Amino acid sequence: MSASIDLPGFADPVTEAQATFRAVLDAMARPGTIHRAGQHLAAPAPLDGATAAVLLTLVDHETPLWLDAEAAPARDWLAFHCGAVLVPEPDTACFAVALSLPDLARFSAGSHEAPEVSATVVLQVPALASGTRYRLSGPGLREPEELSVTGLPPWFITQWQQNRTLFPRGLDVILCAGTMLAALPRSVSIEEG
Amino acid sequence: MKGYNFAYLDEQTKRMIRRALLKAVAIPGHQVPFGSREMPLPYGWGTGGIQVTASVLGRSDVLKVIDQGADDTTNAVSIRRFFARTAGVRTTTHTSEATVIQTRHRIPETTLRDDQIIVYQVPQPEPLFRLEPSRIETRRMHALADYGLMHVKLYEDVARFGQISISYDYPVLVNQRYLMSPSPIPAFDNPKMHLMPALQLFGAGREKRIYAIPPWTEVRSLDFEDHPFRPIRAPHPCGLCGATDSYLDEVVIDDKGGRLFVCSDTDHCAERRAAGHVGSEGLREAAE
Amino acid sequence: MAYVAVKGGEQAIDHAHAWLAEERRGDTAIPELSLAQIDGQLGRSVDRAMGEGSLYDRELAALAVKQAQGDLIEAAFLLRAYRTTLPRFAHSSPVDTSDMRIRRRISAVFKDLPGGQVLGPTYDYTHRLLDLELAHDSGGATPKCHDPMTAMPRVPDILRREGLMEPDGDGATEPGDLTRQPLAFPASRDVRLQALARGDEGFLLALGYSTQRGYGGTHPFAGEIRMGEVAVEIEPPELGFAIDIGDILVTECQMVNQFKGSKTVPPQFTRGYGLVFGFSERKAMAMALVDRAMRAEELGEEVTAPAQTVEFVLYHADNIEATGFVEHLKLPHYVDFQSELENVRRMRREHETSPPPAGGGLGEGAVRTLVNR
Repeated sequence: MSASIDLPGFADPVTEAQATFRAVLDAMARPGTIHRAGQHLAAPAPLDGATAAVLLTLVDHETPLWLDAEAAPARDWLAFHCGAVLVPEPDTACFAVALSLPDLARFSAGSHEAPEVSATVVLQVPALASGTRYRLSGPGLREPEELSVTGLPPWFITQWQQNRTLFPRGLDVILCAGTMLAALPRSVSIEEG
Repeated sequence: MKGYNFAYLDEQTKRMIRRALLKAVAIPGHQVPFGSREMPLPYGWGTGGIQVTASVLGRSDVLKVIDQGADDTTNAVSIRRFFARTAGVRTTTHTSEATVIQTRHRIPETTLRDDQIIVYQVPQPEPLFRLEPSRIETRRMHALADYGLMHVKLYEDVARFGQISISYDYPVLVNQRYLMSPSPIPAFDNPKMHLMPALQLFGAGREKRIYAIPPWTEVRSLDFEDHPFRPIRAPHPCGLCGATDSYLDEVVIDDKGGRLFVCSDTDHCAERRAAGHVGSEGLREAAE
Repeated sequence: MAYVAVKGGEQAIDHAHAWLAEERRGDTAIPELSLAQIDGQLGRSVDRAMGEGSLYDRELAALAVKQAQGDLIEAAFLLRAYRTTLPRFAHSSPVDTSDMRIRRRISAVFKDLPGGQVLGPTYDYTHRLLDLELAHDSGGATPKCHDPMTAMPRVPDILRREGLMEPDGDGATEPGDLTRQPLAFPASRDVRLQALARGDEGFLLALGYSTQRGYGGTHPFAGEIRMGEVAVEIEPPELGFAIDIGDILVTECQMVNQFKGSKTVPPQFTRGYGLVFGFSERKAMAMALVDRAMRAEELGEEVTAPAQTVEFVLYHADNIEATGFVEHLKLPHYVDFQSELENVRRMRREHETSPPPAGGGLGEGAVRTLVNR
C-alpha cells in the first residue's frame, strides 16, 4: 500500500460531494466555464484537489475506473476512499483518470440506443485559464465561449472532432487543474481560438 | 431528520443519480435510465423530481415547489415539507429567490436566470408512448432519430381538425436531435424552454428515466410551415392582476356559467398585485 | 379573492392525517390490535405484504398491515419505502428448497412419492361455509396437530434423474436486482422472476389464468407445491464459507410443461417456477404459469399472448408503481384541462367559421421542425 492512503477523503462527505457535483453539473451545462472544487481536500499525489474531489464525488464500486500510468500512484487512495474497481483496459471503464491526453478512441462511446453508457474522462492538465485558447460552441452556450488550457497536445482538436462526429455517442471530458475544473460534454464543438 | 441522510437519499444513490444527470446534460433530450429508488411518496406523485432535487440540493439552496403553477396546492406543500424536514433547506414561494424550483405541470411566468435550476416532475418521459407503447421499439426509434410516427400523427391532426390538436405535453425536438416530452406543461409554456438561461432537469421515477436540457439550448415545438405552433391561453386578462400574457386558471364561480380567470402562477400574480396592478375582480371588490 | 381556489394546503394535510389516525384506531372502547395478533391471526395478510413489499420481516409487516388499516398494497408500499433505505451487506446463496422443513407438499403428477402428499394447513378441502362459531372468542387453545417434516425430494429432481427434466441454472452469475438497476431488455430470467415475486398477486393470477384459457397456454401440470421453512445463508468473502442467518417461510411451485425439443435439445419437460415469501400458494402457482409463458421466445414458441410478452408483464406487474400512477389522476390536473378546454373551444370556433378542408390542410413538404440537422 502506498502512503497516500493515509490522506483523508472529504472531511464532510455529504456537503463537499454536493458542492463538487454542483460545480461539475454547472461546468457540464455550460461548457468551458471554470468552476472551483477540492479546495479543502488533501489530494494524493499526483492528483490535484479538483481531480480528487471529482472522483470522490462520482466514482464508486459500480463504476469501473481506469488510470493512466501517471495517475497510477493514486490507485490505493482511490480504491480505499471511492471503493473504486480498477480496470486494466480503458474500454470497460466508466471513468478514466489521465494526466496527459489519452487516445479517446480507446474508451467506450456508448451505443446509439444507450449513448449514456460511455466513459467520462477526468483529464488533469497543468493549468486552466491560461495557455492555448479554444473556442467552444454548442448547447449550454448562448455565444461561443473561450477556454484556455495548458497542456493539451496539438492533436487534441482532431481527437475531439472525431468524438464530436459520433454524437449522440461519445465521451465527456472533465478538465481539472489545481482547484479549477471545466467540462467538455460530447455535444460541444471546439476550435482553436 | 433523525435516522436519514441529508435530503433523504443515501450518498450511494445520490452518486448514481448525479452520474445519470451529467450524462443527461451531455446528451440533451436523451432519456437516461437510472436506478430509481422507492420513495416514501407514491409513484406518479413526483418521485422522479424528488430524487433529482435531492441529488442536486445543497444546504445553501433555496427551494420553491409548485404544482399547477401554485405553491399552495397540496402536493406542492407535501413535497416542500418533505425537503424542509429531510434537508432543512430554506424554502420560498418567490420565483426570483429560489435557486432550485421543482415543478409539476408549469413553468413560472418570470424568466428564469442562469443561476437557477428547474426540476420537472415527469409522469411519462416517452414522447412516443401513445403511438408506440413498447419501450423496446421507441428506444430504437430514438437511436435512429426516426420520428416518422409523430410526424404522421401531427399530419393526421391537421388533416382531420385543420390544426395540431395537442394542447399539453406538446412534443419538442431538443438540439435538433431528440424528440422529448416537455412533461405535461401546457403548450403555452413550451416557448419558455427554448434558449432558457436556467438548467432544466427532468425526473421520471416510476419510469426510471432522467433527462435534461442545458441552458441556451434550442427547443422547438414540432409544427409545420403552414400550420405553425401556436401557444394558447384563455383570451382574458387575469381577474386579479389584469395580466394579459400569463397562463390562466378558469375558476367556476356559480352554476350559471360564471367564470373567473386568474393567473395560474400564484407568485407572479401576487407580485403584480403588490406592484399595484389590479384586475376586474379587484376593481369590483374595491367598488363594493 | 373570494373565488380563488383553496388556500391552506398545509392545514388541510394536517387535518387529513389527524382524521386518518382517528379512523385507524376506531372505537377506543375496543382493544387495540397488537402486532402479535396480526402476525398470528392474519398471517396470510402479513405474508402478502412481505412478498409484495420484498422484505421478510413478520413484525414490520404486521406493523405495516396495522398502519395501513389492512390495505395490503398500502402495507407493501410502506415496507418497500422502508426497505429502500436499508444498507445492503450481502446477497444470500440460493435457498435450498430440497432441504425445506415441510409444512405442506403436494404433487399433482404422482399418486404417491417419497415423503408422501402432505396437505398441511390448507383451505383446499374446507367447505366455504361461514363458520359462525368463529364469530365468538374461541377461548381455549386449539390442539396442536402437526410438526414440520424433514426434507423430501423435489418432484423435478425425481424427473431429472431420468433425464426428463431440463436442468437448473448453474447459479454462477450474480443475479440482477431491479431495485438497483432499471429494467433493460432482453430481461434475463433472474430479473423476470424477481419482478414476478414482487408482483401483484391479482395481476399474476389473471395473467396465469389467461394462459389456461388459451392465451399462450402450455399445458401445465402442478409438478409440486411445497411450503415450509428454508435456511438463508450468506457467504462473506472474508470468511470463505457460508453462514446461516436465519429461516424464512416460503412457498414454492414448480409447474411442469411438455417441450417437444429442438435441434439441440431432446424432448423433455420444462418448468415454470414460482417462489414467494410466506404461505402464498395462489401467487406461487400464478407466478409459475407466467414465468413459463414468458419463456416462450427462449423455447422457440410463438409469442402471441399478453402473458408471453415480457415487456408487458414486467412493466405492469408492480402494484406499487401501478397504484401510484392510477391514483395520481386525483392530483390536480386543471392546468392541462384548461389547455384542453381552450383548445376545444378554439377548434369549435374555427369549425363554425371554416370547416377543415377535405383531404387535409397541409401544404407541400411542409414539415418544419421534424427535419433533422
